[in-house]
Order: sequence, then structure tokens, then C-alpha cells
Amino acid sequence: MAKHTLIAYVEDVPGVLNRVASLFRRRNFNIDSLTVGRTEQPGVSRLTVVVEATEAGARIVEANLYKLVNVLRVDDLTHKPSLFRELGLVKVKVTPQTRSEVLQLTDVFRARVVDVDEASIVIEVTGTPEKIGKFELVLKPYGIIEIVRTGAVAMARGHELLSAAPPLVRTAAADHHPDTASLSMSV
Amino acid sequence: MKLTGAEIIWECLQKEGVDVVFGYPGGAILPTYDAMTKYPKIHHVLVRHEQGATHMADGYARASGKVGVAIATSGPGATNMVTGIATAMMDSSPIVCITGQVGSKAIGTDAFQETDVTGVTLPITKHNYLVTKPGDIARAIREAFYIASSGRPGPVLIDITKDAQQLTTEFDWEAAAPRLPGYRPSYHAPASEFARAAELINSAKRPLIFAGQGVLKSGTTAEVLKLAQTAGIPITTTLLGIGAIPASSEFNLGMMGMHGEAWVNEAIQQADLLIALGMRFDDRVTGNLKTYALNAKKIHVDIDPTEINKNVPVDVALIGDLREVLSLIQPQVKKANHDEWWATINARRGDAAVRDIQSLPDSGHLYAAHVINDLWRLTQKRDTIVVTDVGQHQMWEAQYFRHEKPRSLITSGGLGTMGFALPAAIGAKFACPEKDVWVVVGDGGFQMTSCELATAEQEGIKVNVAIINNSFLGMVRQWQEFFYDKRYAATPITGPDFVKLAEAYRLKGLRCNKRADVKSTVEKTLADKGTVVIDFVVEKEDTVFPMVPAGADLDKMIRRPKQDVMIESGSDKDWEMPSSTLPNVFVEAKAEAAALSGRGKATKPAKKPARKAAKTTRR
Repeated sequence: MAKHTLIAYVEDVPGVLNRVASLFRRRNFNIDSLTVGRTEQPGVSRLTVVVEATEAGARIVEANLYKLVNVLRVDDLTHKPSLFRELGLVKVKVTPQTRSEVLQLTDVFRARVVDVDEASIVIEVTGTPEKIGKFELVLKPYGIIEIVRTGAVAMARGHELLSAAPPLVRTAAADHHPDTASLSMSV
Repeated sequence: MKLTGAEIIWECLQKEGVDVVFGYPGGAILPTYDAMTKYPKIHHVLVRHEQGATHMADGYARASGKVGVAIATSGPGATNMVTGIATAMMDSSPIVCITGQVGSKAIGTDAFQETDVTGVTLPITKHNYLVTKPGDIARAIREAFYIASSGRPGPVLIDITKDAQQLTTEFDWEAAAPRLPGYRPSYHAPASEFARAAELINSAKRPLIFAGQGVLKSGTTAEVLKLAQTAGIPITTTLLGIGAIPASSEFNLGMMGMHGEAWVNEAIQQADLLIALGMRFDDRVTGNLKTYALNAKKIHVDIDPTEINKNVPVDVALIGDLREVLSLIQPQVKKANHDEWWATINARRGDAAVRDIQSLPDSGHLYAAHVINDLWRLTQKRDTIVVTDVGQHQMWEAQYFRHEKPRSLITSGGLGTMGFALPAAIGAKFACPEKDVWVVVGDGGFQMTSCELATAEQEGIKVNVAIINNSFLGMVRQWQEFFYDKRYAATPITGPDFVKLAEAYRLKGLRCNKRADVKSTVEKTLADKGTVVIDFVVEKEDTVFPMVPAGADLDKMIRRPKQDVMIESGSDKDWEMPSSTLPNVFVEAKAEAAALSGRGKATKPAKKPARKAAKTTRR
């Protein structure tokens, strides 16, 4: 199991997000993160879905996304040179003693302070989901009051258009059946 | 042309070629019902429960290949449809459901009879619409019919607010043409894949063709048989594929899977190539996936890409319409006989349901297998559609009723819906009024939707209902017998006097509890002009054999324990045996019984006229 990043272009119609989210529940996949926003094309929204799946599972997700009538195109960026960005806001406790340490760390992570009061700082950080995770980790000892993350957005590098071909279907047999131990799944 | 939304609904249905709709009126759909009076060309069938409406639309669709239409009101009307929609979804049946919705301004206020129906049906429809403006109705309906019937068919629901039905707008059929940029009903597999598939077929030593419902839906019976003939490949069908290949075809081995023929399941485990045509490797077909057909390469042909590698990893996937795929692959297939493979299969041929019926004890009771096999023999010369529910009777029907034509068996396969049979049969009768429609149903499932007898009576149509009444929820009881130490929790079931029930609906009711009476009962039923309900009182604790326990290896079947072999029942002497070349299970049984009891010589009964065979044993 690994994280897969899928981009789906969808018609901007009511309920479309519901359809996509329902699909993951229905087919028993876990969404790591899901972001949605407008694109350069009016009427078309772009979803970035990060999902925990085997390689074969990702193909099944992709094929199922294609099956939704409102989905225009699906790209799997997992194995393509791509940019991943996420934004996080972290509200962290500070004392006069720790404030400078936190500011230093903020600097190291190339993050920005966006709000300050006598007992806390709010820091805006962008980067890969891993980087934000790391930032959270180093701030933890100071006491995180709250944290909000947008979920990853992704874009392929380079100028070539990704293909709009139907999903690739052939996969290795090996990663097809996740080992469910001796538990009987039969009904 | 200025029309109300309600009128647009009927205009569109008429233009889509709809001649019958199944529905139930109510507040939010009333404007549509009011407008219906202006469209007498479309016949409306008033059902007794909205579940019935969806099953009827489903039965209509499966019998005719056209789109079935069901109509209901908002809230409870729509939620009652859920079971029927899910049934159609699992079995890829093209139906369009139209539901009323509260006024667009009232949406979200918990108004009377308001339910988020598009939300409720989202996972069980191919697509659905919430229409709040009259101007959007025509396009939604056109798209719904297109989506429901193209690609892999399925149910589409259109939820239309009451104000959208009442308001007036310009109706322009042409302008309402489907605009579905993201919808891909068809795919075309690359030529290289065809070459690989052909190579696998040409080099296979022990190939098998799986015929699923896709063969029925694409109408490719002849093409599949041609492929089988060219390359000498035996065919086995899924439950929903029954009828796709004539039962009498020498290439057709019978049904595979949990209650499939033993020799078929064994052949699957031995095969070195599976050519799966329009089927989806359901768990009832595969058994334990870890040990499933490990010797075989797999070619999977399906129109739906999400089916590929879903349950069984395949070597070659040909995504596309079966007709197109077969036409491209046929020229690349070399002639072959596979004599050795056929000999292996034939050595075990007959080892399955056919043998199991021979082991029925002669308890003087009526057995469901007898009823169904007799029903087949008595209706062989007639054009018959059989509609079954789910459970033991469904499996016995699949085993002992031999279907020669596509669309002659309609059954709830994927969802396994109790209560499906009677309403679906009514729908099938509207699709094919010239055919006999038989309902084979258990006493449990029948009681779930028996109210639709009133629909049949009101419509004056004839469906023949054969209740296989064992006073048990038989399949569940069977599982309790095998896997829960015979603790029959909540499976013994009583019912009304079905004969009197039929009479209460002003229909004919018959009861049969002896094998000797089956023939006359069926004849009486066929002679009656109206719907007839037959209460076949059968052995209570009979079991469907063979059986692959859920999740077990496909060739590890539970077989009928050997008991006293069935001794011929007295009624057989009057029987005119069919001229079929098929082995007749009863004749074989008698011969074997005679041999075992030392009362007669074991003859080869298939070659002898039935009457003679019968005589040898009755001394």
C-alpha cells in the first residue's frame, strides 16, 4: 500500500463532490486528502485526491472515477514528475522564552508568521504534505493550539499534456489481493 | 411549443418509445399524473408498492431489452424504490425511475414527504438527476435513457420538483439532446491485445468459455457459439448467463459456481485458459480467490473497465462491446478440437445436479427439483419466460429447467432480492404478452410482494405463479444446517393458505402435493385465462446440492449424501418423454435404481423410449 495522487477534472455541477466521495466509501478505499477548486476552464473543477492503495487498487479507483458521468478526465500523478503542495496554518503556544525559538524554526521551514499575540503565534507553512508533517512535529513540544491543513494539490512538471486515455488495466497479479490473513470475507 | 414540465415528461417518454410505465401516484408527482390523461398511448400500470414498480420496470427491461420506466412520488414513494433500483444496478438492467420531489423552495426544510432521493440513490444508480426547472426536464430524460441503455446498462433516477412539473416552458426535443462530455459508454481495445488474446486461445490445451449476462445483453449467442465451434471450446454460463447459450448445445456444459455443475467447477480448476465474456467473477462464481483457476490464463472481455482485475487478476483485458470484440478476434482463432480436454470433461459429465436428483429419497413427498424439472418438460414446446426470486428454488430452477433462448430466465442474481419474482414477471409479461410467463418463487419471497397479485388481476394479465412452498426460508435453513449446527433460528415460516389468497384476489388458486398431480396442475394452469397461483407443497428440509460453501475452494463441493436411490413414482407411466437429446434425469435414475436393487438390468436409458425404461423398473 502506498499513497497515490489522482487528479480528476469534473463538471462543476451540484453533487459532484458527493459522487466522488461516495465512490471511495463504496469501493472501500480511504481518502487521505481531497481538495477541489476551479480551473482555467469555466464549468470545470479540479480535484486532487490522495488515496492509500496498492498499484492495482489505484487502477480500480481510476477506472471507477472514469465511470462517474460527471468526471471528464483522470490523471494519476503518482509515478510522474510532479509538484505537490499543501498549505497549513499552525497556532502554537509561545512564552517570552520560547518565542524566538519558534520564530527560528519558522524561518528554517520557510514559513511565515501571519498572526501574533501575547501567548501564541499563527504560522502559515506551504510545501509537500511531508514537510508540513515535519513542521508540526518540531512545534509539538511548544504546544500546538490548533492546526489546519488544506490537503495536497498536485500538478505534473513539464509542458506536455497528460493523456486522456482510458485507464490502464493490466497489473501484476502479485499486488492484487491484499493479504487479509485468515479472516473470512465471505458472506 | 409551450408545455408544462409534467407534459414534457410524457412527451419525452413517448418520444423515447415508452409504451408502458409502472407507478404509484402521490402528492409531489400529482401534476405528472394529471398530465398523463393527455397521453393515452402510454399505458400506466398501477402497482401496489413502489418496490413492485421498479421490479416490473426491471422485468420489462430484461425481457425486452428496452428501457423500463417506473414512477413514484417523493419521500416514501421514492425510498420504497430503493430495493428495486439496487437490484437493477447489480444486474445491469436499464431502467429509468422518475420521482416527484417537494417544491424547489421547500427543499432542505424537511417538508412533508421530503427525502434527499438523489442522495439516497447515489450509490445504487448509474447516474441520477435532481431537476428543479421545467427547462431541464427534457434533457435529463433524454440523457437518462441514453445512460441507462448504453455501455453497461443500469438504473438512472430523475427526481423532479413539483414546481418544475407545474411551470410552463418551451419544449424543444432537439435542443435537449444529451450533452455528456464525461460519459464513455464504449471503449476499443488496442489491436495488440487482440493478438495476445488470439495467441492464448490458439496455444491453449484446456480452454473454457464463460458466458455471462453480457452475451445476452449484446445478443451474441451465435458469435460465441461460432468461437466455441471453431476452437472446440466448451462453454459454461453464469446464473445470469443462462439462456445465452442453448442448454441443448453440445458446447454448453451448464452453470458454474456455488450451486453449479460439479464437472464444470472441476473443469474450471483444471483449465489452462478462461475466456470470460461479459461476466464479472462474482464471489458466487469463484469461491476462494486464492485457489481459483490457478492453472489458467485469463482473458476478460467486458464493456466496463472497472470489472477488469476487480476480483480476479487477468492476463488480457479486452474492454469493449462483446459483438465488436468477438468479430475482431474470430478471424485470428485457429481451428482446434481439444479432444483430450473434451474427453476429460465428458468423463465426469452428468456428475452434478443430474446425479443429485437421483439420490432423493423416495419419501412420497414432492420435491422441488421434480416440480421444476416437470414444469420444464411440460412447457418445452411453448415460448416461456421463467422469473425466479432468490434462494433454493432459484438454484433448482437453474439446475433443472433447461433454457434454450436468451432472455427466457429472469432472476435477481447480484443483489439476490426476495420479492423480485412476481413483480418482475408482471413487467416481463407486459414486454412479451405473447409468451407464457412463469414465476417460480419460494413461499418466503412470495409473501414479500404478493400484493402485486392485485396488480395482475386489475390489469387482467396472466402470469403463472408456482410457489415452491417448503415452510422454511429454505436457503437460509440450508446454511444453518451446514454451518450453524442445524439451529433453525427464525427460518421456519408460515404463510396464508395460498389457494385462498389467490381466490381473495379473484384469481385461481391450485394446490399440489404429489408428483402425480404436477402434470394436471400445470395443464389446468395453462388452460386458465387469468393469473393462477399454485401452491406446490414440497419436502420441507430439502437441500440444494452440490454446494461450494462461501469462500471455499471451487472444487470442494458438498454433495448429497448417498441415501436410498429414488424409486420411480407411479405417475411416470403416463408421461410423454420429450424428444430432447438431453439425458433425462428420471430415466437414468430409474435405470440406476433398478440396477442397484437388482430388480432389472441396468440399461442405457437415453437410447430407449421412456415408456420402456419406465416399465423395466416397475415390475
